[in-house]
Amino acid sequence: MIFEQIVFYFFAVVLLFAASMVITIRNPVKAALFLVLAFFTAASLWILLEAEFLAITLVLVYAGAVMVLFLFVIMMLDINLLRLREGFGEYLPIGGIVAVLLVIEMAIILGPRHFGLQKIAAPAGHPASYSNTKELGRVLYIDYVYPFEIAAFILLIAIIAAIALTLRRRKDTKYQDPRQQVRVQRSDRVRLVKMPAEKKP
Amino acid sequence: MIESLIESVLAFWAWFPDWSQVGLINLGLIVAIVVPLLLCVAYLTFAERKLIGYMQVRIGPNRVGPRGWLQPIADALKLLLKEIIIPANANKFLFVIAPVLVITPALVAWSAIPFTDTLVLANIDASLLFILAVTSMGVYGVIVAGWASNSKYAFLGSLRSAAQIVAYEIAMGFALVGVLMAAESLNLREIVLRQQGGFHQWYVLPLFPLFLVYFISGVAETNRAPFDVAEGESEIVAGFHVEYSGMTFAIFFLAEYANMILIATLVAIMFLGGWLSPVDGLIPETWVAVPIVGALLDSGIHWLLLKTGFFLFCFLWFRATFPRYRYDQIMRLGWKVFIPVTLVWIAVLGAAMQTPFGYLFH
Repeated sequence: MIFEQIVFYFFAVVLLFAASMVITIRNPVKAALFLVLAFFTAASLWILLEAEFLAITLVLVYAGAVMVLFLFVIMMLDINLLRLREGFGEYLPIGGIVAVLLVIEMAIILGPRHFGLQKIAAPAGHPASYSNTKELGRVLYIDYVYPFEIAAFILLIAIIAAIALTLRRRKDTKYQDPRQQVRVQRSDRVRLVKMPAEKKP
Repeated sequence: MIESLIESVLAFWAWFPDWSQVGLINLGLIVAIVVPLLLCVAYLTFAERKLIGYMQVRIGPNRVGPRGWLQPIADALKLLLKEIIIPANANKFLFVIAPVLVITPALVAWSAIPFTDTLVLANIDASLLFILAVTSMGVYGVIVAGWASNSKYAFLGSLRSAAQIVAYEIAMGFALVGVLMAAESLNLREIVLRQQGGFHQWYVLPLFPLFLVYFISGVAETNRAPFDVAEGESEIVAGFHVEYSGMTFAIFFLAEYANMILIATLVAIMFLGGWLSPVDGLIPETWVAVPIVGALLDSGIHWLLLKTGFFLFCFLWFRATFPRYRYDQIMRLGWKVFIPVTLVWIAVLGAAMQTPFGYLFH
């Protein structure tokens, strides 16, 4: 038990450190890298909770794909920190009010009154042969199949809508059609011309 | 004499507390996997130079040691002794840690690979997903290397690599969905055991399109020719590792080859029955009892090594055969060809499993 606690506190410290670095560090690329560290550490904590499927999916989806695209965009932007900080004082009161409200709301809902240790019994440990993935699949595809399908459908619509909203065809783009390139014949590109040789006068 | 020696060793072993015994055993197992792996990497580079040499009617390295066999050792020594140059205005910490970010996932993924029925370091339930997740972390090393180098070429290389890896990871993931549908398990050991009963039971037959997609995506994921635009020496010098020298460069190199071996092993495990013999269950039991031939025909790690070796040969063969893809064509192949192919085959697989012919896909 003591070993588990040491591991937990280690990951918890790393997670808190990484999360606070995300919002305090100046350089956006470094902030994104700290966010990756935070995701990875959170996944490790989930593994401690015997939620290995969710943990692996978190690493695979958020750390492995979403954050890569995020970094991809951030690295190409030339962010001027001075200009970003220009309106700081102006927005501070509104931002502060929103933040305080958020904290109060979270304190009301997530406080010990509802989520205290005595409210929720500690879950029983499972043997090593227990398949987390199978249980999750059973719940998702049997018990909650309709909500799951509806959520999937909404996501699909969101994907299509996002593509449809941003898709624009530019007239001047030099788009290459590989099919056309492969099918090209010599006669399309080269014109053989027969000319009589010039005679010297 | 020997008995007392064994006894004293056992007594010394018992002196360690329980938790450290577990740690020490696992450490020993890790060393037993990593050291042969690094040796394989070293000699894969040698095999690459030799094989491509023969394919191009050259001799290849033949000066260091008998027939050039010590060439990789000499290369490693040379790289160890070279100076590590950190470019001006580069981010020192990220610059140095980038190779570590590349090599760690390449080695960690091996912890879940089953070499035989019992020879596996960590037999975890979702090992297939675990490997996919761990290898997807490798891209950060490339991105960080390109960004920290403070160089245009390195930066362009890392951007290319990031886009390419994200694109092909989707196709790879979908190809794996087909495998886990057929095997009804995410555990690599279970996946191999489901393919028992001879070579016609291997998943390469019912999942042939997924096999092709997975292997080609694997070549693209490891940034190997013909998909090596991240290095693209004719356009951006050497891509993301252009500023790296000495051992830091060697680690990128090592990770690339370790990833190649990993992909080859995964293809062998998921589509070609891993350690299973092609005549497993087809030959009479009495043949297996024949001293040497029987052991060779029986399932064992030698079959896994043979299949892995074949795919590694394919990696080198591709490099000697195909010219480099153009970047937009790589993206087209990944998004517009491979992903639709895998989606269609998953639908075919799902539909076929509901028909009386479903046994063909199990």
